[in-house]
Amino acid sequence: MSELLDILLLIKPWVGGILCVIGALLALIGSIGVLRFPDFFTRLHAASITDTSAVTLGLLGMAILAPNWLVVFKLAAIWLFIFLTSPTGSHALANAAHTAGLQPVLGRDLKRPDNREEEA
Amino acid sequence: MGYFAGLIFVLAALWLGLSGIYKPLLLILAGISILISVVLASRLETVDREGSPYGRTIPILSYWAWLLVEIFKANWPVIKACVSANLNINPAFVRVKTRCESDLAKTIFANSITLTPGTVTVEVEGDKLLIHALFEEAATPASFDEMDHRSYRAADGKRKEELAA
Repeated sequence: MSELLDILLLIKPWVGGILCVIGALLALIGSIGVLRFPDFFTRLHAASITDTSAVTLGLLGMAILAPNWLVVFKLAAIWLFIFLTSPTGSHALANAAHTAGLQPVLGRDLKRPDNREEEA
Repeated sequence: MGYFAGLIFVLAALWLGLSGIYKPLLLILAGISILISVVLASRLETVDREGSPYGRTIPILSYWAWLLVEIFKANWPVIKACVSANLNINPAFVRVKTRCESDLAKTIFANSITLTPGTVTVEVEGDKLLIHALFEEAATPASFDEMDHRSYRAADGKRKEELAA
């Protein structure tokens, strides 16, 4: 039983570190998507990778590395608040763009709409 | 009254978890700050079924467990689209009808759609949602049906009985 505990303590920093690195990589992929996608609405989708899986894996890794349960509780609170607020923010942005009349890029050929008429 | 008890319990748990120092002075300050928060919340009239939905903790938690799995499944195509050599996306607007009635259920449903990568709720009007999707073929109205049903059950499940009581 104590051997199992020793093994768990030995692999704990590795598991936590690897989860943090995967989370960071996902955040990087999300940023690449934000730069590559063609218009405002599609960029929101790329940002939602960073909002969900990158945050979850990063905080999970930090929770495994955490020295005590108080830190774990705080990380859980951060996770909960990010999951409650980030969709609200995304929705507010999308709704504002839609209300303002921003035309999205639609269809597989990614035809760019003419947004200049609305500006004039 | 149950709503007040739920709010006080959650605020106390949050305070105890965030503080970590359990001396009498700080515990007294905690009691005072919780009291002020509850008084302010009741003055704002937000202590009701929607502002303090802790009576439905178990259905909402089980809904969240299901939603997390869905979010991770939905992440994969978006990650692939981000890093693939040619942009293989097909953005579209989709209209979806929801069965959710209360504002809480609609908020949970719309936020779940936004949280899932590849779909963002743009507008909510009555029981119709306007959704921007990254892949048109994956975002048929039928694909939102299970999420709609589950968020309805999580937030509104026993609502009819509650209203009757």
